[in-house]
Amino acid sequence: MCLALPARVVELLPASEGTIDLGGVRKRISLELVTDVQPGDYVIVHVGYALQKLDPAEAERTLALFAESGLTDGTA
Amino acid sequence: MKYIEEFRDGDLARRIATRIRAEARPERSYNLMEFCGGHTHAISRYGIKDLLPGNVNMIHGPGCPVCVLPIGRIDNAIELATKHSAIVCTYADTMRVPASPAAGPPQGGQHPLGGCEPRASRGSGESLSLMKAKARGADIRMVYSAADALRIAQDNPARDVVFFAIGFETTTPPTAIIIRQAQALGLANFTVFCNHVLTPAAITHILESPEVRELGIVPLDGFIGPAHVSTVIGSQPYEYFAEEYQRPVVIAGFEPLDVMQAILMLVRQLNDGRAEVENEFTRAVTREGNEKAKSLVADVFELRRSFEWRGLGEVPYSALRIKESYAAFDAERRFGIAYRSVADNKACECGAILRGVKKPTDCKVFGTVCTPENPIGSCMVSSEGACAAHYTYGRFKDIEVRAA
Amino acid sequence: MTKVRSDYVRPVDFKHGRVDMTHGGGGRAMAQLIEELFARAFSNEWLAQGNDNALFTVPAGRMVMATDSHVVSPLEFPGGDIGCLAVHGTINDVAMAGARPLYLAAGFILEEGFPLATLKRIVESMAAASREAGVPVVTGDTKVVEQGKGDGLFITTTGIGVVPPGVEISGDRARAGDCILLSGTIGDHGVAIMSLRENLTFETTIRSDTAALHRLVATMVEAVPSIRCLRDPTRGGLGTTLNEFARQSGVGMLIHESKIPVRAEVNAACEFLGLDPLYVANEGKLIAICPPEDADRLLAAMRAHPLGAKAAIIGKVVADAHGFVQMETSFGGRRVVDWLTGEQLPRIC
Repeated sequence: MCLALPARVVELLPASEGTIDLGGVRKRISLELVTDVQPGDYVIVHVGYALQKLDPAEAERTLALFAESGLTDGTA
Repeated sequence: MKYIEEFRDGDLARRIATRIRAEARPERSYNLMEFCGGHTHAISRYGIKDLLPGNVNMIHGPGCPVCVLPIGRIDNAIELATKHSAIVCTYADTMRVPASPAAGPPQGGQHPLGGCEPRASRGSGESLSLMKAKARGADIRMVYSAADALRIAQDNPARDVVFFAIGFETTTPPTAIIIRQAQALGLANFTVFCNHVLTPAAITHILESPEVRELGIVPLDGFIGPAHVSTVIGSQPYEYFAEEYQRPVVIAGFEPLDVMQAILMLVRQLNDGRAEVENEFTRAVTREGNEKAKSLVADVFELRRSFEWRGLGEVPYSALRIKESYAAFDAERRFGIAYRSVADNKACECGAILRGVKKPTDCKVFGTVCTPENPIGSCMVSSEGACAAHYTYGRFKDIEVRAA
Repeated sequence: MTKVRSDYVRPVDFKHGRVDMTHGGGGRAMAQLIEELFARAFSNEWLAQGNDNALFTVPAGRMVMATDSHVVSPLEFPGGDIGCLAVHGTINDVAMAGARPLYLAAGFILEEGFPLATLKRIVESMAAASREAGVPVVTGDTKVVEQGKGDGLFITTTGIGVVPPGVEISGDRARAGDCILLSGTIGDHGVAIMSLRENLTFETTIRSDTAALHRLVATMVEAVPSIRCLRDPTRGGLGTTLNEFARQSGVGMLIHESKIPVRAEVNAACEFLGLDPLYVANEGKLIAICPPEDADRLLAAMRAHPLGAKAAIIGKVVADAHGFVQMETSFGGRRVVDWLTGEQLPRIC
């Protein structure tokens, strides 16, 4: 529901915190709710907490699905 | 911004729109409810309706936790600051929600900077909001994160600090975390005023409502499931609706392309006569969701038997309260909060709009008496309420239609 | 033993001192503060005279006057402070009439307890801005309020300028068919401020765009004397200013999201907070409306100036009795860009 954004983890910090980067803006957030996060991973951030890791393979698959949507038609 | 901009591509949008147009059968209508306020906002902001064929109708659902917060609960939050002198920490979204007329601190008619207190302009007095209460001296502080509220409590040991917790399942895990942290720290001055609500219960309520179930006034063919709530609860809880009510559900990501793809998937399901749960937001949603978050929430909260939702009335098993084991951090227990139900303005059609029975333009006071500047009801207060979204982004279309 | 000079006066302690009620009392302490700080920083013939007013001859022609009160918090931010903001803000308001700014007046309301070190920094920044712009602060006033009655420091500036003959610039002159131009990226100032607000801290290299625009305006007016409207989109942002023009002129507008320059970081910060860059404040940008046949020439003149390097034509004025400002989104749909409601607050939903 709520405003949540995919952001890249750039640094792990003590006490289950981390620094994320979104378009060049950095913020310190909590990684308490996610496990096994490494710098370079993308997470969905909501009110200062990472809620879930983003799966890059699935993201690519979804984008491909969008692109396909027009192609099967023949005429776009 | 990776994983955001690619999902807003205009060319791809037009392709998907062409597909939808090709596959939507002209002899029927497709009435789809997007439950989540964030989706309502996206649909308005990106003008998605412009790209859909006329027989695909989007109905705005009650998935805006600010919109469904009853007046009485806001009154309680204001009371915590005014009567109990607590520092009330809140997300910005709630600041402007209009509550009951002023029951604020008596100022003896004198304004702190000299001169008289302005007289109430209407009968029973100006309706208060957290913002207005703050202007009158209540210590109400806007926070971006639940963790900020905890920090404020640690920085102000001599004051009571209350966190006004709202939101659906997306926002609940952070509240659970700070309550556990407060317990670990042995904080004696920190409590949470819990108003967390549940998505599946709300969807059930809509599907059970007479207009939908028996009378068929609101044709509801399928749902776009919330994006971020689903990252937490997973896709599994929606299987019940698909099964029981024979309506397809497609969980969609937050970006406009996600929404359009989900609409296409729903159209396909309806054409095929299927009623399944499909997941468009596979990059962040799995069937089980976030187990760690779920177990933290289960540790701290339990179901309320019933909770009043603005516009929907009492909804059973739709909200959470803090468990006995964390009673020390429950503001309702500490301050003996008594909830008083307050009726909405008679002209307000928010209830009907939240259930999808009416549109913003069906409301007599929409855009005239009730505007984002002076909201009468909850649908106008939050920027993703159906009325606010329509007013801010779409109302110019109403005029074109009327002029035609 | 060193002898103390008979004319020794203990200087104001700018390192550790704080404002107190005597600094506004009209007596010796106030005179000393004015002399050692304000007059020294602003340093010009009018202040040197030490009167409560400034005397000058008025050039012939039409004059413009503008005033602003500055209450920004925090007082100092990446890219500027309340002092230079005040100077730029009023110079810009005067310039938006197409005028050449001449003089500024500045009033200061200081809160008891305000650190003199901070005051000195801000006043010197203000003086530097005034010097760089070539617009002196010729007269001023200082008052002190009790602790708790002020936000540290409030500044009010008033400016006057002279409008060249043949220039008619006003918000009610836009006509259907006119082009709308923007001088550069939007949202920088608002984001720079927000990045410091308590509980919203995020790290970014975005700096406020605060700048004096009068020289940019001068080159624009010279290239295209037929400019119809000029305004700097400060509080309320681009969206609000376009609505102001639309209402004043009784027209509508159609702008294109893809043409509006926004820095990637500003976009990202706005995403984080759920803000719309269209409504975020700017302090060094302007919107110009001109006849369509002059748009390309005006754009070239803007781009030739450092403060207009990223200028763009973002849309056009249309006939519309309802005065809607519409926007073609990058996505392909159309939406209304309405007046800003209240203050833009970050959201979680």
